[in-house]
Amino acid sequence: MNPIQSLIKDLADQYGRKRESLLPVMQGVVQREKFLSEYAMVEIAREMDIPAAEVFGTATFYSFLETKPAGKYIIRVCKTITCAMKGKNQLMFAIQDMLKIKPGETTPDKRFTLLETNCLGWCHKAPAMLINDEVYTEVSPERVREILSKYMKENI
Amino acid sequence: MAYSYQLKRVDFIFRNENDWEKVLSATIKKKPDEIINELISSELKGRGGAGFPTGLKWKLTSEAKATTKYVICNADEGEPGTFKDREILSKVPYKVLTAMAVCGYVTGAKEGFIYLRGEYKFLEEELNKVIDEFEYYCKEINLDFKIKIFMGSGAYICGEETALMESMEGRRGEPRNKPPFPTQAGYRGMPTVVNNVETLVHTWTIFKYGAKKFYDLGVQYSRGTKLFSVSGDTPKPGIYELELGMSLQDFVYEFGDGDTKAVQVGGASGFLVPRKKFKDTAIGYEGKLVGISLPTGGSMMLFNSSRSMFNVLDNYLEFFREESCGQCTPCRVGCQQLLLGIKAVKRGEKPANYLDKLLKLTETMQLTAKCGLGQSVANSFSSIVGNFREEMIY
Repeated sequence: MNPIQSLIKDLADQYGRKRESLLPVMQGVVQREKFLSEYAMVEIAREMDIPAAEVFGTATFYSFLETKPAGKYIIRVCKTITCAMKGKNQLMFAIQDMLKIKPGETTPDKRFTLLETNCLGWCHKAPAMLINDEVYTEVSPERVREILSKYMKENI
Repeated sequence: MAYSYQLKRVDFIFRNENDWEKVLSATIKKKPDEIINELISSELKGRGGAGFPTGLKWKLTSEAKATTKYVICNADEGEPGTFKDREILSKVPYKVLTAMAVCGYVTGAKEGFIYLRGEYKFLEEELNKVIDEFEYYCKEINLDFKIKIFMGSGAYICGEETALMESMEGRRGEPRNKPPFPTQAGYRGMPTVVNNVETLVHTWTIFKYGAKKFYDLGVQYSRGTKLFSVSGDTPKPGIYELELGMSLQDFVYEFGDGDTKAVQVGGASGFLVPRKKFKDTAIGYEGKLVGISLPTGGSMMLFNSSRSMFNVLDNYLEFFREESCGQCTPCRVGCQQLLLGIKAVKRGEKPANYLDKLLKLTETMQLTAKCGLGQSVANSFSSIVGNFREEMIY
């Protein structure tokens, strides 16, 4: 059994093999692997006895279930109205400048993926972003450089 | 300057009370009917935005005949400009859990779920600890009720209750046809109460302080208090608990920066109110309030005169286009066309009266879209285009 197969088996053992367990299982794979590869989706389908097309259809519905390879740290910058008003563009430019990637891309060393996302629920402390599950609010371009350089140095 | 200052700050929701065990055990000593009647007489309405009477929802579910029933706390807070539920779950989670358990006792449900949006995953660990402690106490008082967290994965539409249940059942979050309503056939086809986080906390207030205390706050048809998430061009953004029924004018006096051009009430799916209509607008559920009365899930976004309303609408439409689940054509194609349409008018590729065609399209969406998402795009679109037409064109 390869690592992905055994991860999926463990998750299915933990959450069960009913349809209701599909999201938790997929979330578990994304947590570890950062994205759901086609191979992983087919394995989930096999393990849980759900048609592969259904697994694919469900996975692609949810924006947090990545189906494209992603970096170790996924940066999600909120682009909804208040964050857009309070400097989201400057924030994006600062990140792009630092990581040399455009929105939707991953750095060649596979450490960072940059994405824009819809309302994160921090409008009173805009602009906001997520790095994996970690929230950062009122992020100025200066602060984002500090934050990212920490992530670049540390091997968290 | 003489003006009627009428904002009434209240402090129920975030009041730190350590007596949830007492409230829970005292409340479940009452008969289910008694609790339901109390909720009905408080006139509490759902605080997620739709405003369905909470007591009635519990009553319908308690009357439904089924072996298994469920209670779901809707914490998929995705409406732009809303951030109150996160604050409730991080500050006073035990109030939410107590309310869920009482709901379970009243309706006969033995299982409860908190559907937590993926963006709030950082809350999960702490919340699970509180749940463990809570379940331990439930066991002590022989109350058979379990609570689990179900994590969302970044889909705004899953805040719609039937989409939420589809998502929990492991499918795409596509809203179902109604009827049947969740009170009859909800999660896994069983009768289910789906309540917003804030609604549940209000029931706690009612259990503890009585329906009268709650009913005496607010105005006719809009009883009690509401949490408002204030953001945008304001010197004091944040979360405020206020009595319902306030005039928007008073709200802007309190929260505006002196240059408020418009307020978006109820998030992107709500209405934009321009300055000239502030004094005729009240915040509450529809009823006999003078002038226009706007319900809200609590999102209040202020815009000052430096903001272009075209950019605001453009931002909303992009949001809806991405968050539309895509199953029904009016919403899927409508959102795309509205966005393309306003851009074309702005660039001068379409004449100004093309906006009227787009307004017609939103009317069609309101009539034919399957769920609240597609139906409510018309709200912000018509109120922005109607009041700031010149900004759309020039």
